[in-house]
Amino acid sequence: MTWLTWRQLRGSVVGTAAALVALAAALVLTGPGLAAEYSAGVAACTPVPDTCDRFFDRFFSAHELPFVAVSLLVLLLPALVGLFWGAPLIARELEAGTHLLVWNQSITRTRWLAVKLAITGLAAMVAAYLCGLVVTWWSFPLDMSAPDDLALMAPLVFGARGIAPVGYAVLAFVLGVTVGMLVRRALPAMAITLAVFFALQLAVPLLVRPHLMTPVTATFELSTENVAGFGAEDAGSSVGLRLQSAVPGDAGAWVLSSRVLDPSGRVVAETGEDAPVPVSMTSGPCAPQNGFASCIVEVNDLGFRQQATYHPLDRFWPFQWMETGIYAALALALTGFCFRWVRRRLS
Amino acid sequence: MTDVLLTRGLGRRYGRRWALRDCTVDVPDGRVVGLVGPNGAGKTTLLKLAAGQLEPTEGAITVLGERPAARPAQLARVGFVAQDTPVYSGLTVAEHLRLGARLNPGWDAALAAERIARLGLDPAQRAGKLSGGQRAQLALTLGLAKRPELLILDEPVASLDPLARREFLQGLMEATAEHGLSVLLSSHLVSDLERVCDFLVVLVDARVQVAGETEELLATHYRLTGPRRDPDRLPADQQVVSAAHTDRQSTYVVRAAHPIHDPAWTVHRLTLEDLVLAYMGRRAVGDAGPVLEVQR
Repeated sequence: MTWLTWRQLRGSVVGTAAALVALAAALVLTGPGLAAEYSAGVAACTPVPDTCDRFFDRFFSAHELPFVAVSLLVLLLPALVGLFWGAPLIARELEAGTHLLVWNQSITRTRWLAVKLAITGLAAMVAAYLCGLVVTWWSFPLDMSAPDDLALMAPLVFGARGIAPVGYAVLAFVLGVTVGMLVRRALPAMAITLAVFFALQLAVPLLVRPHLMTPVTATFELSTENVAGFGAEDAGSSVGLRLQSAVPGDAGAWVLSSRVLDPSGRVVAETGEDAPVPVSMTSGPCAPQNGFASCIVEVNDLGFRQQATYHPLDRFWPFQWMETGIYAALALALTGFCFRWVRRRLS
Repeated sequence: MTDVLLTRGLGRRYGRRWALRDCTVDVPDGRVVGLVGPNGAGKTTLLKLAAGQLEPTEGAITVLGERPAARPAQLARVGFVAQDTPVYSGLTVAEHLRLGARLNPGWDAALAAERIARLGLDPAQRAGKLSGGQRAQLALTLGLAKRPELLILDEPVASLDPLARREFLQGLMEATAEHGLSVLLSSHLVSDLERVCDFLVVLVDARVQVAGETEELLATHYRLTGPRRDPDRLPADQQVVSAAHTDRQSTYVVRAAHPIHDPAWTVHRLTLEDLVLAYMGRRAVGDAGPVLEVQR
């Protein structure tokens, strides 16, 4: 059975391996240069006056395109696995009637399914792990310099780093197999697998991941780290305060909400809204000629604060393990279903 | 000697439709069994149940004394060539043989190689490029080379032209004689089975109409033609299979244990085809009647 499974999988494994080798070669060739540029930049910059932020911005925007491309690739790989390895695995046999041929060989269909799932699933895991590993390694300097919406904990980047891709790939694969078994035709099975997997990949970061651990809620003084900017309101008689999705002293944190509290502690602006602050923008500390920093000090002295709900960056690995565990458990449950179905219902 | 196939009240339902019901047959060892019936009568269902590809909804079935597909050793004793003789179109002929060798402990590599050579199949040819007849032969080779005690074939010749049909059945008969195996094959054409079968099962509308040794069936069925007569005026030992009447004349097909000497009748023997058609026609007249069993 091992031979037959390998023979049926051979072509696509070789193709995938070739693509992965090409990707790895490109990343291994450019990785050291990227790391060297990063360490040189970090060594040369100074915190006061802050030239490091400017270096990070410059460094990141210079490499943003390949950064986004490889991250998307890691996110896409599990979907491709589910589509091209999972969905047709059983559906194509049912479609061509070859299941009747192979089920009459001297092996039980439980063993037939077990070997098929094990070998193809293992190939999927290895592919996802290697792809995630090399991309995580290559993009380390960029992850360190990324703006908050593309930092490690940001929903899109999180799924393209560490071990999470392995969990995604395993689930996508077993999902494809299950759908193929139920639908019995390869093409519709592929379409349904893709739709269900995309829905899951949207739902988990939005609805599940924020609640894996209780988020931290804290109040912060205003500083250049959490203030995005000011806008003139009411013809300059007051300013609109807008916050960043960041918290001071915890760079790279995943900020779920960032609200403005007025001096009495009332919420005056939700995430993304401008908070009206009664400070003149035509004269005084918030006048344009006095600069950004003095206005922040003035508004902070008035008693305005940031109230943020967030997950600190050091929860990256606990989150990775938890999410991978959840996907693995789902995949295991679907596998159990597949075995019951192949024994009792399929013919 | 155990029965090759033994079923008791066997039934299989798909959703709300019964594909097979109340199927009770005993097929002894060493026979070539023809399963005949119109399309959709439940032939494939019965064969899949016998091959262990399907689970029964009700009743019991044993094949070679065991539950079908219960374990690898039972699977090894039964060969199954499914309808339309599926093969892996991406694999070559040689790879199919390798598949058989890998998955069957009792694989007869010499037999497989010899058959492929005799059939003139190119081992390097992809199975997807074979003709229908060649594909059927490849599937049969896979079924034979695992050296089963029972070979089940579902409409093996349905998609073949008359010449390929004859060659296939001839090859099957040679192999059967050579290896002493039992064969269970289905067809909706009696003419396919006439030459090869020594046991017949007629299946109509999900039910077994008659089952028995071909010779015995032929020896106990008669066509009676004579003046019009009601069926209840026939002797009790003559079971009516089919009846047709004109104003003055009656034609019966009956089953009787003893020869019929009634001078009022003109008595004819039936051909196998007539016999099968008489049973198939029972559906049309709505006469379900009792299922007839051959006494042995």
